[in-house]
Amino acid sequence: MEKRWKGRDDLDKKERSSGSVLVALLLACATMITLDAHGGDDSPIEPARRVAGEAFGPIEVVTAGVVRPFAAVPDYFSSRKDLRQQVSDLEAENSQLRHTVETTDLDRNRLNEYDGLARAASDTGYDLVPAHVIAVGSGQSFSNTVTIDAGSGSGLHADMTVLNNDGLIGRVVRVTRTTATVVLIVDKESVVGGRLASSMEIGFLSGRGIIDGTGRLDLDLMDDSVVANAGDVVTTWGSEAGTPYVSGIPIGKVVSVVNSPRETSRRAVIQPLVDFTSLDLVGVVVPGGTSSDRSVIKAQDGE
Amino acid sequence: MSFLRALVAFAVVALAVVLQVSLFPHFAWDGVVPNLALLVVVGAALVRGPQFAATLGFVAGAVIDLAPPADHVAGRWALALVVVGYLAGRVRQDAKPHALAAVGTVAAASFIGTSIFALSGLILSDPAVTVPDTLKVILVAVVWDVLLTPFVLPPVMTLFRRLEPAEVAW
Repeated sequence: MEKRWKGRDDLDKKERSSGSVLVALLLACATMITLDAHGGDDSPIEPARRVAGEAFGPIEVVTAGVVRPFAAVPDYFSSRKDLRQQVSDLEAENSQLRHTVETTDLDRNRLNEYDGLARAASDTGYDLVPAHVIAVGSGQSFSNTVTIDAGSGSGLHADMTVLNNDGLIGRVVRVTRTTATVVLIVDKESVVGGRLASSMEIGFLSGRGIIDGTGRLDLDLMDDSVVANAGDVVTTWGSEAGTPYVSGIPIGKVVSVVNSPRETSRRAVIQPLVDFTSLDLVGVVVPGGTSSDRSVIKAQDGE
Repeated sequence: MSFLRALVAFAVVALAVVLQVSLFPHFAWDGVVPNLALLVVVGAALVRGPQFAATLGFVAGAVIDLAPPADHVAGRWALALVVVGYLAGRVRQDAKPHALAAVGTVAAASFIGTSIFALSGLILSDPAVTVPDTLKVILVAVVWDVLLTPFVLPPVMTLFRRLEPAEVAW
């Protein structure tokens, strides 16, 4: 009898202590959320993020390096080595040609404008730091972010433009010594200034938070009298001093135009040029003359 | 010795989070990947009970919240995994859990965990997601977690059983 009572007592004590642990942990979570939600960019959580980034960044770099060869295994079965080489060469050429075609309208308009010439000249001054995508934020977190394996050691800092062969990818939000976190343009919170290459009209592109093949961006044009046509290319119009977005980077093509009488502006639906499900090699736009721990791709080199 | 145990537990959680962001995106369905950290917390809960699992859930959640590429308000996954650890710990029986019961616990835990994260997002509007999108993501996440359960839960449970300090049974 006595034994049983003692047993129940123990159980009660255990339950009570687990309850108080739960309350303490829930309060800790609430504190963390409050601090971070109200702190904004200089929240007290930011140093903790940085420490976690410095610690986990290198681990993610190594893991991605181990995983990369295995991720390419399906390719070995689909084609022989020379064919694969040919395909990738053609793809590179194709995307370069597409890039040329898509920016032709823009270039012509620019040439018509006197000051456009000056801007086009400065546009070619961009240098790129190459980087690989090493980690991707999970869909359960409802934010579309990736980590790349270049950080402050490679000359990166927050608010830099990230792009690849096909077009604009996003911007750097946070860097550690070896890694940088990039918010993709399809993220719900992302807004990019866009310009219709055919009419030079400007507007704002916002993401929908979907990255698969149906991922789209919404373009709200400033001037509601402008009609966007399907197939029109949208490029960045650039921010002051090129942060966070430099100008003239192709973003996507207009696939449809939504006209709602309630809204004052017309909304165009944009299909991004980049396939966000298979991001690997990307480039980060850095100012000319940036010192970096890796070779920087100069704009004029390969032309 | 208990420090060493904590270190091993932390290493398991860190490994789960790193695989979640660096390996599984190659298999992701619409960006949704198996939540390995949640599986580790549930595995710990089934072996060690609510107190340990809630604490481990807090650590795992904080790692997801802070390690790159996370960019949401920190503490949201910590909150979700604390609740998951506590609830999963409460369903633990002293007997070894039946395989089906373990899978059921994982499914419930995954649903609750992802829902709490999504709800906290709705409240904080970080980012402003819609309910139908959220439901789709939650369902895919549950399917992923259940699919991975047979591969992740047995080794995790064995490990945490080994790590358990010798305790006088009553």
